[in-house]
Amino acid sequence: MLKKRLIPVLLLKNGLLVRSEAFEIHQIIGNPIHEAKRFNEWNVDELIYLDISKSYEYDLRRDDHKIKGLSDHLAILDEVSKTCFMPLTWGGKIRTISQMQEIISRGADKIVINTVAVEHPQLITQAANVLGSQAVVVSIDVFRQTDGKMLVFINGGSQPTDLKPERWAKEAEERGAGEILLNSINRDGTGTGYDLELINAVSFNTKIPIIACGGVGKYEHYIEGIEAGASAVAAANIWHFKELSDRGSKRVLAKAGIGVRL
Amino acid sequence: MTKHTKIAIIDYGMGNLKSVANAFANIGYAAFIARNPNDLCFASHVVLPGVGAFGDGMKNLCSCGWLDILEEEVIKKGKPFMGICLGMQLLATVGTEYGLHKGLNWIPGTVKKIESNEPQIRVPHVGWNDVRILKRDGLYQDLGDSQVFYFVHSYVFDVENKGHLISGLTCHGIEFVASLEKNNIYATQFHPEKSQKVGLKVLDNFIKSTL
Repeated sequence: MLKKRLIPVLLLKNGLLVRSEAFEIHQIIGNPIHEAKRFNEWNVDELIYLDISKSYEYDLRRDDHKIKGLSDHLAILDEVSKTCFMPLTWGGKIRTISQMQEIISRGADKIVINTVAVEHPQLITQAANVLGSQAVVVSIDVFRQTDGKMLVFINGGSQPTDLKPERWAKEAEERGAGEILLNSINRDGTGTGYDLELINAVSFNTKIPIIACGGVGKYEHYIEGIEAGASAVAAANIWHFKELSDRGSKRVLAKAGIGVRL
Repeated sequence: MTKHTKIAIIDYGMGNLKSVANAFANIGYAAFIARNPNDLCFASHVVLPGVGAFGDGMKNLCSCGWLDILEEEVIKKGKPFMGICLGMQLLATVGTEYGLHKGLNWIPGTVKKIESNEPQIRVPHVGWNDVRILKRDGLYQDLGDSQVFYFVHSYVFDVENKGHLISGLTCHGIEFVASLEKNNIYATQFHPEKSQKVGLKVLDNFIKSTL
């Protein structure tokens, strides 16, 4: 049986790993390459890297991080793919098919698009034709309004659109997306659990796998995400602040009767 | 460990080759990305990786001049060959992704889409799934009768002669071929280069059983 996946999301900002809260506060927590090695040793299911930098300035050359100078974010990918024999997904600031091809050729298996997919939806189809659907992940950032309505936001959660998440996910699927990475802006960094209604609405309207993200504060939240319809449960912050996060959460999932890779 | 290998990984514009090269390097074998069909002449092993559509894959193999040399080196000379994911599917007679396309026809059969009406069977089939091992030699030496590997695909290889060629099976809505062995030809639908330690073991077994 296909296992439910448990995925660490690594957020990169200016070449460094950060934790995130409400898409606004970003606290530096470490070096992306050292973390990748750690996850590889833990034998995790998959890794998602999202570059959330606002500028093209990277400061991996800083002396106090003691790793070789990496001139751009793709050099991080080169290093990671040398040590990680697991699926790698890479996103952030991708605008063109040739950038996608470059990322895949450097060792990623899937690319993530978000803003550009909303602005130029035909790019989803072009990407699926060139890379295959399975390599095209459309990321959807959702902000719940004070009246409870859910809307898709773009540009790192800073710009509203008039898209409803379940409709947009369905359209992305029809245009050739292979997976949906579904993030709740409200829950980001809160540790209060996934937005289950959102996961439910999107998975009900689609046939492709949904990766849920945003809000995990304890292992039991993963169970809720899967029961709401997610094929994979992702989180960022909890991986950095809990020891043995992978084994601990897999054990909790297995105990709840969910098929995971142990 | 014998290190006198020269594993050619065919670059035909279909997907992530670097991971395959990195994986062989990690287990101590020399591998290189073959960009020119003539590179295969001095290779010890030939690997055809690839993700993407069947039609594009065949078109690229054909237009870049790989077909004749593959036939010569793998079929006539019997050089050890491994197909991964799309590289396994291309061994079929025909593919049905975006129209009908002829394959290499090294292993008769058809590549068909995973069809299911059950809502929990999502397509693409992405993630880790159990492989029921039918042949415990070859690729699966020392791996017992079941292991978990990483898959990412929407199509499966429906092999005509189901008998002795299939070395592993997996279920996702339907039961399908996870791996094949036919003389010097080995192939996996899953990605050994992405399946952590058990995946690296499969690659190691491929080299060991063909040295």
